Amino acid sequence: MRRLLAFVMALVMALCLTSCGGAPEEDEISLESLGLDPELFSDYDYSKFKGQEITLNVANWGEYMSINDDECLDVNEIFEALTGIEVNYKTFASNETLYSKLLSGGATYDIIIPSDYMISKMIEENMLEKLDFDNIPNLKNVMPSFLNPQYDPNNEYSVPYLWGMVCIIYNTTMIDDEIDSWGALWDEKYAGNILMFNNPRDAFGIAQAYLGYSLNTQNKAELDRCASILKDQKEIVQGYVMDEIFDKLEGGSATIGPYYVGDAVTMCDDNPDLTYIIPKEGTNWFVDAMCIPTTAESKEAAEMYINFLCEAEIALANSDYVGYSTPNSAAYELLDDDVKADEKRYPSDEFLAEHTEVFVNLSPDTNEYMQSLWNQLKIDNSNTWFVPVFLVCLIAATVAVNVRRAVKKKRDNY
Amino acid sequence: MRAPRSLAIPYVVWVLIFTVVPLALVIGFAFTGSDGKITLENIFAMSDYMAVLFRSILFAIIATVICLIIAFPAGYIISRANRINQSTLVVLLMVPMWINFLLRTYAWMTLLEQNGVINRLLGLIGLGPYQLINNSGAVILGMVYNYLPFMILPLYSVMVKIDQSVIEAAQDLGSNKIRLVRKILLPLSMPGISTGVIAVFVPSVSTFIISRMLGGGTNDLIGDIIEMQFSGNSYNPHLGSAMALVLMIIVLFMMSLFNQFGTEEDVAL
Repeated sequence: MRRLLAFVMALVMALCLTSCGGAPEEDEISLESLGLDPELFSDYDYSKFKGQEITLNVANWGEYMSINDDECLDVNEIFEALTGIEVNYKTFASNETLYSKLLSGGATYDIIIPSDYMISKMIEENMLEKLDFDNIPNLKNVMPSFLNPQYDPNNEYSVPYLWGMVCIIYNTTMIDDEIDSWGALWDEKYAGNILMFNNPRDAFGIAQAYLGYSLNTQNKAELDRCASILKDQKEIVQGYVMDEIFDKLEGGSATIGPYYVGDAVTMCDDNPDLTYIIPKEGTNWFVDAMCIPTTAESKEAAEMYINFLCEAEIALANSDYVGYSTPNSAAYELLDDDVKADEKRYPSDEFLAEHTEVFVNLSPDTNEYMQSLWNQLKIDNSNTWFVPVFLVCLIAATVAVNVRRAVKKKRDNY
Repeated sequence: MRAPRSLAIPYVVWVLIFTVVPLALVIGFAFTGSDGKITLENIFAMSDYMAVLFRSILFAIIATVICLIIAFPAGYIISRANRINQSTLVVLLMVPMWINFLLRTYAWMTLLEQNGVINRLLGLIGLGPYQLINNSGAVILGMVYNYLPFMILPLYSVMVKIDQSVIEAAQDLGSNKIRLVRKILLPLSMPGISTGVIAVFVPSVSTFIISRMLGGGTNDLIGDIIEMQFSGNSYNPHLGSAMALVLMIIVLFMMSLFNQFGTEEDVAL
């Protein structure tokens, strides 16, 4: 009986909830109720697709959007409430995994946020859709210096999302010297405490910057030279890492390593002993931008999402949460003054022009060559004696088994 | 009663879709170039990676042997415990497997780091810190830890069927402990050993996440190199497939070799 009662109660409540939930959906949802300031919001018609049950598949880097945190705005929830479009949010670990996922057709995304050089590669290979900027009026919020970038010269395919530089992060309690050069990553003093990027493009980028080459060099001799100094470095490197660097530097297991400025900000917040610098030799300046792949299913809704992410408060929330710098001038205006003044997060245009270089897509040949140099570095062929010894063992084992069998057969015959 | 053959259809369909077709694709990719023409280039390119391939096999062999050495007595003890203890011990063995594999490996990272739990404890008694992580030992430790249950479980399930009276008979007839293990326990648990060896060796030889997390990227195995062909700088499924194919053939060869040893033992006794 009690069970029945509980069931009826639950039914009543469910009915009530659906009817209650249904009613205000027809009305405009007020921006205030979502924690936004209507003054800062554009008058874009976000309700266009309401009731059409559209789902947007978004692919972004891990921990790269203000979601699932009670203290910050949940960007996707706001978008869903505002538009009635469901957001299916997925993450990827590297540009290359995103690329191979798209290429193999294993996943369809409506919006992707790859980095600069990958965008130019995708443009070259006709993997991206041209954007209709009539649907993205908030492009006006994007700083002019981020329009028509090298990777998308006519600004047809992408809208910048966040950007940053590569820096060196180190622990000031364990390193007394003032560090200002990539050379620190080759300094024997820190042997066993150095971390390094675990991906070829970024690792070679550091070697190239250190040696004074272009970060986009296609010269094989220069790449060989980079590989050779990376090989020297391997002797004193503790490990090749990507996001594991957070734990290792914050926990003090390693003392120095290169990573992206936005993440350095997060690490320094968590462990005040850490600090980060931009090396004097120059560094990589990267931009991650929103694009729509040709396989997208609802392009117009995707453009609406891009426009939404360019709203001042939304861009601010994302930049705040992630720690990376925003290319959105309206969001920049809302930043705290000390952040605006931080030259490592918002360097001057002159600094960017003089000290940094953006990755562009390399030729397939160069990519393959760099990858094979990287493979050689990682697998370290120092014990070549190993292969022949192993083969001999295998053959010996085969012979042993067969001889044994023959002997036994002979014995059985008696 | 013989089961009707039609019952096998779901499995046959499953194998067709998820084993035969992918295998054909791997072979297809391995023998073609990026232009789609048939070529042996990818297989020849494998010669650059033989050292890492054999290192992976060596690591996997070491891990398998350690697992076997730990699992044999463990399986025996569990199988000789009384009923209630038996099920408790088996559950205890299974519990870690309910926790996500990555999480367990992350836990080892926190234990082994230079500032990790073990080094701190050692520091309290004035030892260390030792370099416990980012070396080949840590990678093998990760393999042993993660795959040990796969060795214990088949050994236990075979040993539990060995009648206590067989062991008593051997002891009555004056066999000492070493002889008992060599002549009675080992041969009788051979099926469990061969299942366990395959269950540990095969995932160990192709792992890539253990070596990345515990090897710190300085002890890459063939699995890492294969993964890099798909997610690295240059997307090259052809070379990746060729590597996977060569690895598969070598593993297949080693397994058949091992199984011959196994059957020989069986027949000999």
